Amino acid sequence: MNTIQKTGYKPQVEERGKAIEISGSKAVLEALLEEGVDTVFGYPGGAIMPIYDALYDYNSQLKHILVRHEQGAIHAAQGFARSSGKTGVVFATSGPGATNLVTGLADAMIDSNPIVCITGQVFASLLGTDAFQETDVINITTPITKWNYQVTDASEIPEAIARAFHIAATGRPGPVLIDITKNAQLQLFDYMGYKKCSHIRSYRPEPEIRNEYIEKAAELINQAQKPFVLFGQGVILGKAEAEFKAFIEKAGIPSASTLLGLSALPSDHSLYVGMLGMHGNYAPNVMTNECDVLIAVGMRFDDRVTGRLDQYAKQAKIIHLDIDPAEIDKNVKTTVPVWGNCKKTLPLLTELVKSNNHGAWLDQFRELEKEEIKEVIHNELNPSGPVMTMGEVIKALNELTNGDAIITTDVGQHQMVASRYAKFNHSKSSVTSGGLGTMGFGLPAAIGAWYGAPQKTVIAIVGDGGFQMTLQELGTIMQFGAKVKIIILNNEFLGMVRQWQQLFNEKRYSFVDITSPDFVALAKAYHIEGQKVSEREDLKEALKKAIDHDGAYLLEVMVGKENNVFPMVTQGSSVSDIRLK
Amino acid sequence: MEKKEYTITLYTENSIGLIGRISGIFSRRKINIESLNTSPSEAEGIHRFTIVINESEEVVKKLCRQLEKQVDVLKAYYNTDEEIVWQEQALYKVPADVVTEKLYVERLLRQYGASTVVIRQDYIVFETAGHREEIDRLTEELNKYGLIEFVRGARIAIIKNSAGFHEKLMEFDHREPSPNLVENEYLDQRGSVFTM
Repeated sequence: MNTIQKTGYKPQVEERGKAIEISGSKAVLEALLEEGVDTVFGYPGGAIMPIYDALYDYNSQLKHILVRHEQGAIHAAQGFARSSGKTGVVFATSGPGATNLVTGLADAMIDSNPIVCITGQVFASLLGTDAFQETDVINITTPITKWNYQVTDASEIPEAIARAFHIAATGRPGPVLIDITKNAQLQLFDYMGYKKCSHIRSYRPEPEIRNEYIEKAAELINQAQKPFVLFGQGVILGKAEAEFKAFIEKAGIPSASTLLGLSALPSDHSLYVGMLGMHGNYAPNVMTNECDVLIAVGMRFDDRVTGRLDQYAKQAKIIHLDIDPAEIDKNVKTTVPVWGNCKKTLPLLTELVKSNNHGAWLDQFRELEKEEIKEVIHNELNPSGPVMTMGEVIKALNELTNGDAIITTDVGQHQMVASRYAKFNHSKSSVTSGGLGTMGFGLPAAIGAWYGAPQKTVIAIVGDGGFQMTLQELGTIMQFGAKVKIIILNNEFLGMVRQWQQLFNEKRYSFVDITSPDFVALAKAYHIEGQKVSEREDLKEALKKAIDHDGAYLLEVMVGKENNVFPMVTQGSSVSDIRLK
Repeated sequence: MEKKEYTITLYTENSIGLIGRISGIFSRRKINIESLNTSPSEAEGIHRFTIVINESEEVVKKLCRQLEKQVDVLKAYYNTDEEIVWQEQALYKVPADVVTEKLYVERLLRQYGASTVVIRQDYIVFETAGHREEIDRLTEELNKYGLIEFVRGARIAIIKNSAGFHEKLMEFDHREPSPNLVENEYLDQRGSVFTM
């Protein structure tokens, strides 16, 4: 059979002796094994049946986790990718199977998660005819994938998948989707072996590093009196944690994390001054508008970080280190752009910066931190009232995990509280939906995170609202035995919206009062152990029981209904106008 | 910042669906494309998009970075009208009697360098190429004489100072030649394929 190469492709498959005739489906699984994949999250259906049929023979090499909804599959793959540093893989069928991936694809795109989705598609002869379960998945997913491609002939499969893995994991990572028509899955073709892709003509994952900019950046840092580092997930994605630490330690610069940068630097590092952004810490937000040189490392100046752009760090010279040139000047005008993977650029910068200790400047952060502790943190972590706070649950959890657990969160108040107060000793241990803010992310992401790091304690901290968006994944936990600890912080509200309604809509609580089922009974229906806690004196013991339990566990903690998350930068405000109450 | 006309030139792989990916980058930012042309470039298998928009330089610069970020895009340039040589083609359908009976129409067409494409008893089709103002002026004049139909093509443009990239492009083409485009060969075989 002749090899059909689609547009823009150069054949990369090398002959390895004699060709073997195999089906397209088998070629898919061979490709995954060649890429080192051992875990796939998915859901079968008519248009992907040939791949599932082939999978029957690969059971010993490829673990397939049958989720309860395709959205669960892709969030699990995201959790897997975030905790393991590997590429997450998803199978879904055509039509509704593929469209159920859309939220996860958008989430993975904005949060730079390396994901390869393989979707089944109707027979190529039926494309464009509104056939049963046909959707134009390529056009639907174009804006939310780093790359996508439709395979209509089996011989395209090895190269298409090789390209998919290369694109997903290199440069700024992202989701890739390969849509394979059913005829291509069934078709026998001459398989010449698999060759990993390491180069695509039109794709340059990493920009050229320009030494003159490194020199200029070092010069600015060496002259700075009040330098300040903002770091994001780029440090983790670039596997540059050690290089980053070496840089800030030599230059002695106070450093704050974005939501997705959490865990890149241990929470107790002497130069760590907290989290940035809308519900971030007081000091880093205020000091952003005080520093003279702002060094952004692998972060993208999201609007939740910057607040009002026209008042953001106007006094500072800005150095931006990023692998994605499109991020430079996108939101904040940069004085010196440092293009490239920060694993490579940071050591070059470290070499040129002078050893320094900005002690007095760091003290200013610590002073503001004291103010935040007095006004917010102390009361949140040590409440005097009878009602439990979310913060005290996280504090109790920290005492039990010592910062060694992987924590996934859903989206809402609990996410901000967990991100503010959870301790992280190890990189890749905070897994949350940042850019898209996807409710329903936390539980399936925890399942994936556990498969990515099964030796770790994985804790999903979720709200009563978000949990109900994907709670069917309890079925996945039941069937496959993922040892995930679920902590539901139940405030009987869609808390974050309620907080906004309270603060900005004169307490007009419009449809945020949410009724929940008996979560513990629900867990029991899935044969998952569980407990509900409403009293403070029961909290620590219940948490310990959940963590010590050999298996999944659901702990529901009733917390204050109208507790708010502070500090807060209100929308349309400058970051330095952050409110403490 | 002041908005003005910019011509974006993209060198891309000749990939199915790329036009959607590229146009989506404009539409999601609510930027209207004034004109879009795609064609092969001087290098085999590498396509060239010429896109005209009215925007500020800052927006255009960011757009080009987003465009260049796409896996199938080799290079993105943006230029002002002064930095390019550009043309737009137009076809005019005029009643035949107007041209044959009124000599000044013929003079007008000569003046604009229009050439005849089709001559029929009832109408004549002329073609011309030039800058938009010239085409618009001729259209306005011909409207007075019963212009039946008019169509203008998308802008095509050559960057005055693009020698450097041309060399790189030819080097790409030499080093990594592109294979031919293959269309979906199954689309006409519906009856012979089993479906579930």
